[in-house]
Parts: sequence; C-alpha cells; structure tokens
Amino acid sequence: MRTGWPAASMVAVSLLQVVGVLVGGPLLVGLMRTVRCRLEGRAGPPVRQPLLDLRKLARRERTTSDETSWIFPLAPLVLVGSTVVVAAIAPLLATDPAYGWSADLFAVVFLLLLGSVALALGALDSGTAFGGMGASRAMTIGALSEPALLVVILALSVPAHSSNLPAIVTRSLAHPLWLATPERLLALVAFVIVIVAESGRLPVDNPSTHLELTMIHEAMVLEYSGTDLALIKLGESMRLAVLMALFADLFVPWGVASAPGPIHLVVGLATTVAKVAALGVGLAIFEVTVAKLRLFRVPELLAGAFALSVLAVLSALVVA
Amino acid sequence: MTSDLLVVTALIGLSSSAVGAMAPLRIRMHLSVALTIAACASGFVMAAEVLHTGRAAVVHTTALLPQSGLSMVLDRFGALFVAVSAVVGIGAMVFRLGYHGQGLSSRTASCILPLFVTTLLLVPAAANVTTFLFLWELMAVTSLLLVLVDHRRRSEVASAGQWYAVMTQFGAAALLVGLVLLATHTGSQSFAAIAARSTHLPAGVRDSAFVLVVVGFGSKAGMVPLHVWLPRAHPEAPGPVSALMSAAMVNLGIYGIVRVGDGLLGGGPAWWWLLVMALGALSALFGSLHSATSSDLKRLLAYSTTDNVGLMLLGVGASGLFASTGHRALALVALVATLLHVVFHAVFKGSLFLSASSLQQATGTRDLDRMGGLLRRVPLTGTIFLVGGLAMAAMPVLCGFVSEWLLLQAMLHGLPSSDPAIAVAMPIGVGALALTGGLTALTIVKAAGIGLLGQPRSTGAAEAHEVGPSMRLGAAILATLCLVFGVAPFLVVPSVVDAARSVTRARIPDPLVGGWQVGLAGVHGALAPGLLALALLIAVTLVAGARRMLQPTPARRTQAWGCGRDLQTATMEYTATSFGEPLTRVFEDVLRPAHDLDVSHAAESRYYVEAARFHTSLDDAFERHAYRPASVGLGRWGALARRVPNGSIHRYLAFGLVALIVVLVVVG
Amino acid sequence: MAKRNRGSLQLRHVDAGSCNGCELEIASIFSPVYDAERFGMRLEASPRHADGLLVTGPVTRNMADPLRKTFEAVPNPRVVVAVGDCARNCGVFSGAYGVEGAVADVVPVDLEIPGCPPDPQTIITALRGLSGT
Repeated sequence: MRTGWPAASMVAVSLLQVVGVLVGGPLLVGLMRTVRCRLEGRAGPPVRQPLLDLRKLARRERTTSDETSWIFPLAPLVLVGSTVVVAAIAPLLATDPAYGWSADLFAVVFLLLLGSVALALGALDSGTAFGGMGASRAMTIGALSEPALLVVILALSVPAHSSNLPAIVTRSLAHPLWLATPERLLALVAFVIVIVAESGRLPVDNPSTHLELTMIHEAMVLEYSGTDLALIKLGESMRLAVLMALFADLFVPWGVASAPGPIHLVVGLATTVAKVAALGVGLAIFEVTVAKLRLFRVPELLAGAFALSVLAVLSALVVA
Repeated sequence: MTSDLLVVTALIGLSSSAVGAMAPLRIRMHLSVALTIAACASGFVMAAEVLHTGRAAVVHTTALLPQSGLSMVLDRFGALFVAVSAVVGIGAMVFRLGYHGQGLSSRTASCILPLFVTTLLLVPAAANVTTFLFLWELMAVTSLLLVLVDHRRRSEVASAGQWYAVMTQFGAAALLVGLVLLATHTGSQSFAAIAARSTHLPAGVRDSAFVLVVVGFGSKAGMVPLHVWLPRAHPEAPGPVSALMSAAMVNLGIYGIVRVGDGLLGGGPAWWWLLVMALGALSALFGSLHSATSSDLKRLLAYSTTDNVGLMLLGVGASGLFASTGHRALALVALVATLLHVVFHAVFKGSLFLSASSLQQATGTRDLDRMGGLLRRVPLTGTIFLVGGLAMAAMPVLCGFVSEWLLLQAMLHGLPSSDPAIAVAMPIGVGALALTGGLTALTIVKAAGIGLLGQPRSTGAAEAHEVGPSMRLGAAILATLCLVFGVAPFLVVPSVVDAARSVTRARIPDPLVGGWQVGLAGVHGALAPGLLALALLIAVTLVAGARRMLQPTPARRTQAWGCGRDLQTATMEYTATSFGEPLTRVFEDVLRPAHDLDVSHAAESRYYVEAARFHTSLDDAFERHAYRPASVGLGRWGALARRVPNGSIHRYLAFGLVALIVVLVVVG
Repeated sequence: MAKRNRGSLQLRHVDAGSCNGCELEIASIFSPVYDAERFGMRLEASPRHADGLLVTGPVTRNMADPLRKTFEAVPNPRVVVAVGDCARNCGVFSGAYGVEGAVADVVPVDLEIPGCPPDPQTIITALRGLSGT
C-alpha cells in the first residue's frame, strides 16, 4: 500500500476527475432533461442549460430567514465539499488517483451520507413546514436505502477481498467473466434502485414537481436562493454524476485507465463520459415511462432492493 | 506502582463519599466532586499505566470480604474499561459542579454519587466471583438510589426506579447463579482458576453458565428484551447520573459478556455467538427504531444506548463466531471494533446526555416538540450536542465512523469462509448495522434539527440562556474527544488492540496496520480519517471562498417563505412527532402506534364538529406484550397467595405440621 | 436584465385574483406546441429560486399581502411581469368591491404583457426579452 506523497500524475488524475464532475454533473442533468423533453415531443432546453442556470444563480443574492443559525449557510458547502472529496479519491478515470488507497467504498458512501445529513439539517434550520417535511421524507428514504446499499457493497467486495474501490475495479478488469455472474447482476439491479432513491429521481421523487406536498428533495431546498442554491444544484448534479460513474466503475469498468500515461487517461475520460452519458439517457428514458410511486410504496421498492442484495451476497458465496 | 494506584483510587473514592456524607453543606458538593475527580484521575493514570506496560495491578486482602477475601487484578482488558469510566466520570463530575436541581445536592446523593463512580472504576478489576458480585451489587444499588433522588417530586421517577430495581436484581440473580455454577464446578472462585479449568467442564454447565451470564449482563447493558428499564431510568436520572449510566455503566455489561465468554470460558460453540449476534441485531434495530420515533430527548438517547449496545453485541458475537470457526485474526478485528465502539460510544453518548441535560435545564423541558432555535440561543451546548450526535450517526471524521467501519470490515472479510453459519449471519448482520446506521442518522437529524434549529416552539425555548461554564466544560471535554478520536484514531487503537489480545489470550500478530490510517494488515486499502478530515476541510474552505468571490454581500435576512400566508409561526414547523411519522407508518407492524381520535359534536346537529382531539402514542412492544401481562399475572398470583395466611393461628399450626410431614417424607 | 440572465429565466407565478384565462395561456406556453423551456424558462415552486414574479389578475384584497410577501421573498435583483389586462389595469374587474388595484399598485412592475388573455406567442416573445434568448 502506498501511503506516502502521491505522484504528480496521480494528483493530475484527481484534479481532472474533480473538474470533470464539476462540469459533467450539470451537463449530465441537462442531457437527461433534454432526453425527457424529446420523448415528450418537445424540443427542450439545450444540454448546457443547467450551466446557464448555475452561472446566473451564482451571482444572485443569498437570503436566509430570521431564525437560521450557522448550519443553514454551511450545509451547501458541506454538500459540495463532500462530493468533491469523493470525486478526487474515487477511481473514476484511472485506477490510481491520488490517495486512491483511502477510497474505501464504505467511506465513500458515508461521505455522501454526510452531504445528505447536512442538507436535511439546513432544511430544518429554515424553520418552515416544507423544510421539515422534505427532511423527514428524505431521511426516511435514506435510512431505508442504506441496508441495500451496504449489502451491495458487501457483495461486490467479497470477491475482491477488499472494499477499496481501486482494488475492486482492478480485480474486475483482470477477471472480465466475473462481471457476468449472477451476484453481479443481482447487485446491479439493487444498486440502480439505490441510485434512483438516493438521487431523488422518478419513481421515488419527481425532481421537476411544483407541488410542495409531493416533494421530497425539492422541499428541503425551497428556502435557499442565489449562490447557495447554485451550490446545492451543483452539488446534487455532482452527486448524480459521481453515483453513475461509480456504477460504471463497478459494473462496466472497461476503459478506466489502469496504467499511467496521458493516452490511457484520455481513453479513460472518453469511455467514462460515454458510459455515464449512456446511463443518463437510459435513466431518462426509464423516468419517462414510470409514474411517481406513493411515498409509502417506496419502502417496498427499497425492501426489494435489500432482498436482491442479500441474494447477491449469498450467490457470491455459492459461486466462490 | 499500579497496585498502589488501585488502592489509592479506591481510597479517594471512598473518602469523597464520606466527605459527601459528612462535610458541612457549604463545601460538601465542591469537596466531594473534587475528590471524585481525583479518584477518576488516579484511576485513569493507573489504567493508562496498565495498558502501556501490560503489567496487571494486583491487590489481595483477606480482611475486607468474608470467606473469599477481596481479590482485584486489573489487566489490560479491564484497564480499558476503567479508563473509559474515568474519562466519562471526569466529564460528568465537572458538569456536576454547575448542575443544580433534581435533588443531587442532598446529603444522601452527595454520599452515593462518588460511591457509584468509584464502583464504575473498580468493577473491571474484580478478580474473583465474590468481589465481582459485591462490587456489581454496590454499583447497581448506588445507581438505583441515584435514579430515585427526585422521587418525591415526580411520580415517574418512582415508577422508573421500580422497573430498574426489578430488572437489575433479576439480572444480578442470573449472574449469581451463572458465576456460582462456574465456581462450584471448577472448585475455585478466582477468575484465573476458572479460566484455567473451564475448558474441561461438561458442555451443559458451560452452556447454561454462558446463557445465564448473557442474561445477567445483558439486562445491565440494556439488551432487548431486557431493556425495558433503560428508557425509563436513564431519562429520569439526574443529568450527570444519566451520562454515567449510559456512557459508562452499560459498557460493563459488554465487559462482563466478553470477560466470561472469551476470558473465563475461553470461547464456545457457534450457537452461543449466533445467539449474541441475534440479540445484538434485535437490540440495534429495536433501539434505533424507537429512538427514531421518540420525541422525548432523553428517552431518545436512552433508546439509542440500546441501539449502540446492540452494535457492540453484534461485534462480540461476530468475534466469537470467527473464533469458534478458527478465524483468530478476524475474531480479534471484530473484538477490537467492538471495544473501539465501547470507547467511542462512551465519549459521544456522554457528551450527548450531558448537553441534553443542559438543554433541559436551559429550556425547562426535554420534549423536542417544545424546543427549537436553540443553536442560536445556547450556541456552545448546541454545538456539543450536534458534534456528539453526528459522531453517533457515524459521520466521517467523527469517532463513531471509525468503529462502525472496522466492524463492517470484520464482517466483510469473514464472508469468504465456507462456514454456512457465517455466510448467513454476516449479510444479515451488515443489513442490521446499515439499517441501524440509517435510522441513527435520521434520529440525529431529528433531534438536532427539531431541537436546535428553526424557530423556538415554546417560550421556554425562546428565552433559553446558555448554562454555566462548568457544565459547558464537562460536556465539551467529551465532545472534543469525539473529534480527536475521529481524526486520530491511532491515539486509542493500539491500546484497544492490546486490551482485546489480553482477554482472548490470542498469540497472534497485530491484525491492523499502524500509523495514521486504520486498516487490516494484508488487505489492499485502508481508512484514513485524518486525510479525509483534511480533504473535507480544504474542499469546504475552497467552496466557501468561491461563494465569497461570486457573491461578496452577506445573505439578506428576511421572513421565512410560507407561501405568502400572514402567520409564519413555530406551529407551522415540523415537530419531532411529525418528523418520525413516515417511519412510524413504514414500521407500523412492529411499532403498533395507538391512535385515538375524540370528536365531540355540536348540540345543534351531529354534522357539526365542535372539537376534535387526536392523540397518538408509541409503547414499547416488549413492555406491552410481555412485561405488562407478566406483572399483572404476578399481581394476581400474589393476591391469591395472600388469601392463604388469614391470621388464624390454627391454620399456621397446620402449615407447620404439613411442612414437617413433607420434610420427613422427603428426607426419609 | 437580459444580459444578466442570458438564457436562463425562472419565474414564480402568482395568481392575484385572475379568472384563470391567463393561467391557461401560461400553461400552454410550456406545452409541446410552444415549449418555452427551450429558451431556458421555467416556473419555480419557490420565489427564492426565481428571478421574478409572473403575476396574473387584478390584485384582490386577500391577495395583496401574499403578493407583497412573495415579492419580498424573491432575491435581488428581481422583476415583476404583469400578465394580462387585469394585471395591468384591473380590466373588466376595475372598480369591483373586492379588488385592491392593479399589480403596479401593490408591487413595482417591470414588464406588462397586454391581452385578455394574451396569446402564448405574445407571452413568450415578451419573456424572451427578459432572458435574452
């Protein structure tokens, strides 16, 4: 295990990943929105629309309500900050980003959870009815998706003998057949459900709803404005991009640079962007075809994901 | 030197108790608290010395206890628990200096509190059955008296005391039988002798002793289904006492199970440990579910103690299971994770209970639905609560994260084994751990978000003022440790590894990698909490700088957006009850909430509603379905039995005759 | 305004007492036929997220305060668009007992869109002036 100072090339990989997620996140959201609009028979906004929104919002006034404490302005910073850390250490483009040895899958999950907790606390800090409602729902769904997520990680870590992300990716690259095993396929389905729940997409949450009472995630951020809102929107799209890139890493890792050198890195960048874009288009198509679930049906979906993940672990043991 | 310190600790502790009983009122509290802190400090130094050198502190004297004599040996494993009790004790005692109310200043309480702290420091050093049971009972009785100090003013306290008394004595009885069983079959009551001979005991004796001991220690630790006293007694106890009970006393339950299961019995068959794991998973889930749906701040924390004890039991069980299937290194990792969680739970739960007591004192209520807006009014206490809570929710760079991560690692690396028990137990264990983790995050968001943030929901909360400096300091000591241990776990990990090795007597190399990171030796990848903390700090600072650059003007303060309605008051906010409502609905089959809707109609017509009252309550399922019927049954049986002695002397003479005949028949 | 927004315009719609004729037209500018979203326009649920208000109808007495509060809730710099003749000058409702006045009497109006109701094309054209697309 390398624990000393990282090489310059590894730092470059990390920086490229952070920049890629910063720019790619909003573009991914824009791509998904455009695909949705096309399927609904509309031209839709350009793919770069979220970036235009962010540019405008970033310079608008920030407001806070009378009773807020220091949590409210801190929450967007933690949301973006924790996602940036994940983007820096996870092997999104190459298997050896700086401090990749510390990119533990459990740690990554808890870092993302830190962002959610910060956002929920920020929502409660605004002291409005909707903030509390959104925080309550988001935390309930988060709590229920946690078991499925961690058991999926367990299923993926068992064959690699480590929950270290670069180790898992390296192992998958070395044993391509492993990806077609039943445990992988079960884990894949469970992971998709978790991504949908964690990032607040249909059928768990409708990101474009205008009706406060049906909101989950949107209700939490109703009180944020200007630069803070820009940060939250950026953070949310970055999280979606990171989750999708992790999904690509874990289930279709080909293309991720396993050797140093700029050519490998360019290939890694191109394939990762292509994979994430394809996943985004797939998810957008799926979103158009489903209706939002009732809030109290969501636990059933997540329980199903948990059952699949346990099956994945058990089949991993049977196969191994 | 450590042996002398053991005597010194005991003597200072006893003298502080005497001072509490006899000194004049003016100096009584300060003097006895100062002496108790000195006892804790001396206990900590002793424990640190034992942990460092590995040489046990030994005190034997035949003078103090009849028959067996007092026998105390403090090894590394016990020293870890002494150190934890000492740190919690110092925090709680510093807090006590500024804490008023709830009857702690009476002469009885001033005498008992130091005694309770002293027993917490001494129990892990007990080295024979009599000494252990004596100290254990002393701890139980003193804590019971401390729970009861306020019984005259509030009837709930008396009821909580009754529950606690019954459960703790039930547990003590189980312990007594279990330990005496071991002592008689090995022919010695010294722990060392039992440990040496226990492997040759018949399986039936070992099994029944282990089960009895798990029941006995489990009842003290608040393990489901023996937990019912905990959510009653911990909230009703005075602030420092509740912190000591939740952060230090329940640990000794874990101590006992490991000491007897791994130490005295030297491990056992897989089913023992599967039983412990099952009880742990049940405790974790049940505790976290109730703490997520509770709106009484201290009850919430008490249930979360049950939840954390469940995680520790999960670790103990996993460790035993690995050991019983031959995975010695993994068994050690799981035990280290458990003990780390004991240490970390003590600091975060201590800071949580102390700051919750401060919040209670500042607002006059412990009902979350009547709090709110406190982070602005009591900033330091609020921040301490938040730090302790986030540590409990296993948020990165705070301490709870490290122990949960290590426990997950142990379960993960145990999986490739071919043993079917492990293959089934581990995924379910991870699932239970994960659901508990998610529910804990929800609980903390609720407790901190509803209790500390937003608008104040009552005049008490609106007029809250920061508590005194010593109360803040006492809680801040423990909260600081949450952060320090979270960023730099290497401060405690080596000691914990030594402690775990000393109890299992495993002669294997250190299974963890050293240095700044935490990880398993021979496994690719590790956890680097210090690095993560630094990275997070840099990232958040950079983002804050970017925000400052893009929008230099500070945020405009304005009324919260309430859809344009006139009133935007605190009653519009979500309450703790409404926050937990979705969860209550999801787990309706387990929690079985009771709803009650009273509608009164106007006199003119049944179609007009005059008033509607909605009441909802959440009882403990075990209490309602097991304990209540049992206590009602016992009551009936007692009433029946009372009819037999009716005061007639003839009847009593007849009883005597019948008894004599029975004895003669049996003996003859 | 157009320069600052450059292709992104989010508005909070406030019905201050409209007959819902203008609402139908506003709904239809987001339909597949007109699709205002391709110019970066969206209606937002929260005024905090919006660049301004899209107000319809004469301002009734009960809606005057909510309208002021909503305006207050929008972060600076903010625009108010009065959609329809009622919003501009109370239209057929002028002088009615429940009407407080036109939108401009309650909050400062930056852009007026005439018509009873204005057709979608007019609304989109006017709003494109704000977003600069």
